[in-house]
Amino acid sequence: MSDTALRTARPRSTRTLPGWIGLAVVAFWLLVALFAPLITPHPPAAILRLGMLSPASAAAPFGTDFLGRDMLSRVIYGARYTVGLALLATVFASTIGSVLGILAAVSGGWTDAGLSRSADALISIPHLMFALVIVAALGSSLPVLVGLIAFSYVPGAFRIARSLAANVNAMDFIQVARARGEGTPYIVLHEILPNIMLPVLTDFGLRFVFAVLLLSSLSFLGLGIQPPNADWGALVRENIDGIYDAAPAVIAPAIAIATLTIAVNMMIDGLGGRRLRARLER
Amino acid sequence: MLALIAGRIGHTLLTLLAMSVVIFVGTNLLPGDVADALLGQAATPEATAALRTALHLNEPAVLRYLHWLIGLLSGDPGRSLVSHIPVAELIGSRLGNSLLLAGLTAAIAVPVSLLLGLSAAVWRGSAFDHLTTMGTIAAISVPDFLIATIAVIIFAVELQWLPALSTPKVATFAALIASFTLPVLTLSLAVIAQMTRMTRAALVGVLDSSYVEMARLKGLSPARIVFHHALPNAAGPIANAAALSLSSLLGGVIIVEVVFNYPGLAKLMVDAVSTRDMPLIQACAILFCAGYMVLVLLADICSILSNPRLRPA
Repeated sequence: MSDTALRTARPRSTRTLPGWIGLAVVAFWLLVALFAPLITPHPPAAILRLGMLSPASAAAPFGTDFLGRDMLSRVIYGARYTVGLALLATVFASTIGSVLGILAAVSGGWTDAGLSRSADALISIPHLMFALVIVAALGSSLPVLVGLIAFSYVPGAFRIARSLAANVNAMDFIQVARARGEGTPYIVLHEILPNIMLPVLTDFGLRFVFAVLLLSSLSFLGLGIQPPNADWGALVRENIDGIYDAAPAVIAPAIAIATLTIAVNMMIDGLGGRRLRARLER
Repeated sequence: MLALIAGRIGHTLLTLLAMSVVIFVGTNLLPGDVADALLGQAATPEATAALRTALHLNEPAVLRYLHWLIGLLSGDPGRSLVSHIPVAELIGSRLGNSLLLAGLTAAIAVPVSLLLGLSAAVWRGSAFDHLTTMGTIAAISVPDFLIATIAVIIFAVELQWLPALSTPKVATFAALIASFTLPVLTLSLAVIAQMTRMTRAALVGVLDSSYVEMARLKGLSPARIVFHHALPNAAGPIANAAALSLSSLLGGVIIVEVVFNYPGLAKLMVDAVSTRDMPLIQACAILFCAGYMVLVLLADICSILSNPRLRPA
């Protein structure tokens, strides 16, 4: 193969400006969640003397909430719950799903059949409805929320990881490795995992968006994060009376959710995940 | 082909059975304290014991599950723990409202998204296509309650065209428009976004095949290629996509009924969750699952029916 052929065969770079903007916004929210206590202008529970549901002002750029607390500080602290909890739940879901998926693909037989059938049954349960049932039974606490969101997205993560790993597992270089006498742990860690890492990470990003949406929907219904703490969904709910004055207290947390979820999507699409996304969405 | 469809129906029933187990186990994760919770302050040991017997709480879980399942299948899912009204009656008064909301949404969302999805696929790579892709991704990534909130701020508060709450009034056309525009608009947006994406993907898949390229090379007009050659083969996947996207109604309807205080089944369930009214939650949950599975089944049947290889000779 000549040098030119090699050069033309190289794919065009898929990293675009929207991708970098998305990455920057996601990084921004991660930093905000991490350093919340250092950057809030007021303690999130302190009541300012600005009245309730006040419009934006110099002292409170996002106005005040239904009790007269600084909205900017509440949104900053809300990032901890929305970003932190959704991230934790997605890490659990993706890790458990991927480990089981690779296990199913590599071992085949009864393990594969059993795991796949269970995933098929669980994947059909509508997530928000399942969450309502669990919250009704166990009440709403942080461990319950993380657990139920993680549980909701394990079957999806499992399916993706299993199909990716099964494809790689059928490749010749796996045969070669087996013939060479490598054990299953080596094959999984050194041959399969590096080849499915990128799509698994793309899937992680999409699932994180779903987790954010599920958590904020639950909180919006009053069944997620409980007062005095509040994630962004709960902030919209608490201040919903402000809707009649179009108060910033109800708009700001809603915009925060939109910037985060849209930024993750832009990041995935703009940094090489577009083709992967097409494969991941049924 | 009939065997295939029968198989899908059997599979759906089995999945529903599995779901009923998950729902039953989920609602019984905290065992036994239903009697305590019901009696509250009046919970003397005798009263608790009597109520536990009356509610069959002393029986093993498997028996209670079978009782519940048989009751459910015979149309008697028990009594509400809070209002003491039969669950069937509570649900019966709300189910129609939810179906009306869902039906109106489908009637708007399906034609709009088919039109958007088909045009985006035909003019692939155009500015219109990029705009549709960006718009649908944005609509999918924001929560339903955000769309509802913004719709209320714009149309009910700023412009004051429509009321912020919704009631199932269908007496006159004007009343219908006034009470349903905002909820249906909110619900449709999420469904349209999903359906447009899937419709576009289905048609793009067909337009990429070699027989369409052949038709193009033969010099056929674009309209003839799309309507005569591509669409008949894409119809199955598109119908499949439409049925699947409608299932995303289920999540949206929960939010929309709460935001607009609409007296539907989802509002009933959310209220039941805050009062921990288990029989009502179980019945609503299984109804929602059944609705979802029926849509998935419809999607499957559409794909089977549209596949000529499966038609009897």
